Amino acid sequence: MSSKRFRPDVDAPEYHGRYSPYDIIKEGTIAIVLVGLLTIILAIVFGSPDERAITIKTWSNAAPVDFATTALSELNGTSGTAQYGAPYNTASTGQQLGPLQLSKWVGVRIPINTVKDFVISPLRAMPSQPALRDALTQWISASTSTQDAWVANYTKAADKLTFTNSVVTVPAANAGPVPIFINDLTQMARTGALDQALITESGYYTTDYTRPLLFLADGAYLESVATKQHLLGTQWGMMNETGSYPGQAWLWLYSFWYQIPPFNSSWGANADVLVWGLMMLLSALLLLVPFIPGLRSIPRRSRVYRLIWREHYRDQK
Amino acid sequence: MSTTEIDRQWTTRLRQRATGKLPPEKLLPDTQPTYVASWIYVFGVATLAALIMVIVTGCILAIRGPLWWHGSVYGHFVNSLHLWSVEIFFFTMIVHLWGKFFMAAWRGGRTLTWMTGVVTFLASIATAFTGYASQTNFDSQWITTQAKDGINATGAGAYFNVLNLGQMLMWHIVLLPLAAVVLTALHVLLVRVKGVVPPFAEKVEVHS
Ligand code: HEM
Repeated sequence: MSSKRFRPDVDAPEYHGRYSPYDIIKEGTIAIVLVGLLTIILAIVFGSPDERAITIKTWSNAAPVDFATTALSELNGTSGTAQYGAPYNTASTGQQLGPLQLSKWVGVRIPINTVKDFVISPLRAMPSQPALRDALTQWISASTSTQDAWVANYTKAADKLTFTNSVVTVPAANAGPVPIFINDLTQMARTGALDQALITESGYYTTDYTRPLLFLADGAYLESVATKQHLLGTQWGMMNETGSYPGQAWLWLYSFWYQIPPFNSSWGANADVLVWGLMMLLSALLLLVPFIPGLRSIPRRSRVYRLIWREHYRDQK
Repeated sequence: MSTTEIDRQWTTRLRQRATGKLPPEKLLPDTQPTYVASWIYVFGVATLAALIMVIVTGCILAIRGPLWWHGSVYGHFVNSLHLWSVEIFFFTMIVHLWGKFFMAAWRGGRTLTWMTGVVTFLASIATAFTGYASQTNFDSQWITTQAKDGINATGAGAYFNVLNLGQMLMWHIVLLPLAAVVLTALHVLLVRVKGVVPPFAEKVEVHS
């Protein structure tokens, strides 16, 4: 070291001072006891939140029109999932980090076809109902352009969609089997059978909720419940949890970027990937602080260490 | 058997390296330099204590499976203990992080200590996130359907599917805790190997 120049932000001076007794095991034991007590007190005083999960059943009973409209958006390809792009489908390019189309390059790894997976397959799982069976046969034997025309005709009248006497009605002409689909899917949802159908589409044993969650998230109901709990992205979003709990407060910097321009304005369309990119860059900077001139001098320049080691410096004088 | 043969054994060489780097009196020292006397040093140990609480409460939650706590008063209380020990863990860790930053505690060959710390911090964030995703309640529905867009936008969502409960639970209770614990062990051992970083040399010292 003597031959090399001493770099104050990289090298540590040698210590020739005094040593005092230090009982590391006792300190550790006291720490565990105190942290344990504090945990118990906080748990008793504040508890923890546990709002029941929403089901498609609760959704379609609480907001049948929203459900039916969402079901239509799965069928006519306007839902969030239908238009998502990778990893679910190829409907859009997805977000871009400058010229990098990261998600598109990785491709469709969790294929979701909203027409088939969210509407037709569940309906086919329904126990035999003559009208529905005929409607499905009509759909399957029709050409794609006929299917599209039916859906388009239904969609045109969909702003007059009503739910009265437990039936979904739309004043649509030439909509083929679509009115039966939307009504029967709504009925199915209200009994809870759609939850089951979506969860078990990939088999009897399952731990994968991708489909029912995507369907739920396409509707307005999930968001309306979240809004009541102040959980929207514009309300600092997912770093919070229900109730007045601190949640993932450590995500504040991540959530912060979504609250300010340009991420919430001109860069909005690619906000997710930009915020993620930025956070990765900042994490890398934190990891590499010891190697970055300027950054690594902040501690010495700021002189906060005078406070931390004030007794040491007082002793020296 | 000649002594040289014993000396050349892998076992012997590993032991000699280990005890050379970390003799018992360094692993469990009974004295510390007098500068190790600030309240800021409490936070590393407190983080460790909180991590132990997190793991113990998590293990209790694991015994009866992921749905138990919804229907049991005792289970819900254990969940509260798990939540609050996590909050304490992050609080103490972040104070520890900034404390070490302002001490420039990477000096004197301690860069690896700093870097294992930062990686532990990032791994802990992922662990907590997957924990929220594994709650099987409204919070997990909302948090995962929100978070999927961020992760999907990076391309990682294709493999790390936050809507797949089984996958999130496995990461939360196996892979990430394992990483966090191994990293923490490495981190603390590195601190013991290197000793606690000395204060910056002040001009005063040169004069006296
Ligand atoms: C699970 C999380 C962590 C645990 C359990 C932990 C624990 C500890 C403990 C017990 C010490 C020795 C006592 C002390 O100086 O406070 C220590 C030292 C240290 N920690 Fe951590 N730590 C964690 C995370 C971090 C993070 C996030 C950073 C910074 C990014 C960090 C940076 C350091 C450094 C640089 C030292 C060496 C201190 C010195 O030589 O004075 N640690 N840590």
